[in-house]
Amino acid sequence: MGLSIAAAVGLYGISFGALGVAAGLSVAQTCALSLLMFTGGSQFAFIGVIAGGGTGAAAYMAATLLGVRNGVYAMQLDAMLRPSTLMKPLMAQLTIDESMATATAQETPDEERRGFWAAGIGVYLLWNLFTLVGALVGNALGNPGRWGLDGAAVAAFLGLLWPRLQGRDPIAVAVASAAATILFIPLVPPGIPIIGAALVSAGVWYLQERRRPA
Amino acid sequence: MTDLWMWVLLACATAFAIKLSGYLLPRSVLDRPFVPRLAGALTVGLLASLTITNTVASGQRIALDSRLLGLAAGAVCLKFKLPYIVVVLAGAVATAVGRAAGLP
Repeated sequence: MGLSIAAAVGLYGISFGALGVAAGLSVAQTCALSLLMFTGGSQFAFIGVIAGGGTGAAAYMAATLLGVRNGVYAMQLDAMLRPSTLMKPLMAQLTIDESMATATAQETPDEERRGFWAAGIGVYLLWNLFTLVGALVGNALGNPGRWGLDGAAVAAFLGLLWPRLQGRDPIAVAVASAAATILFIPLVPPGIPIIGAALVSAGVWYLQERRRPA
Repeated sequence: MTDLWMWVLLACATAFAIKLSGYLLPRSVLDRPFVPRLAGALTVGLLASLTITNTVASGQRIALDSRLLGLAAGAVCLKFKLPYIVVVLAGAVATAVGRAAGLP
């Protein structure tokens, strides 16, 4: 944790807030996602589907599928930090990429615990503050197309994807998913191509698993 | 608008339930070596699909327009390891400049 992470989260939060309003959510809905959902990737997925004209149900599916990795983090954090039952709901809310990464980077159990809480609480406060700032700015900007905010959303998603493209397997999943998306767009209502692409990704993953040495 | 609120709140509740399940479910349910790999593949696939959708989808049509400039500008910034906000701003500026220059 440090100033650089804080600055990164703040700026990321401003982007989310502005793009949430540009997608057609109200300021309150955009802020509710940050307060309650509190997992950046899923929040971006939700507004990304709405921005493309998708239904609330399709946005729900995309956000939920993207949130599956948080369940994996939670399981690993539960084994690592051994929290009391009372603390589990609070820890669950703060379980995100950043708190997981900070906790696992520490050496001793005490430091792991401190790392988790410092990153979780720090990011929660900054993320919500800057979501509100971004949503108000987005609201003031008005017409999203004029400011290129739809292009900003494209770059924002690419920025989330980029660091995960390490090695052949994830790149193959990304390429297959992108191709499936383009194929599905003319065939089914907005938002559904993203769900179809998720199924294709799971299929590619399955083929990769079968190739793995046992 | 109320319909959208319902989906917002439902998505928030489900996101929390997924996180909480990792703390509460018996380890034998989730602790299989393939689970993190599947979650990783789903994450990559969904982000790739969202990137493409936001670049070329216009309702149920494929539309090649100034958003492609935003994608290219973002990729160049990421290649040079620039901060996230620079990537996002470059996407906005490239798209806005393309439109101002008369591209679709």
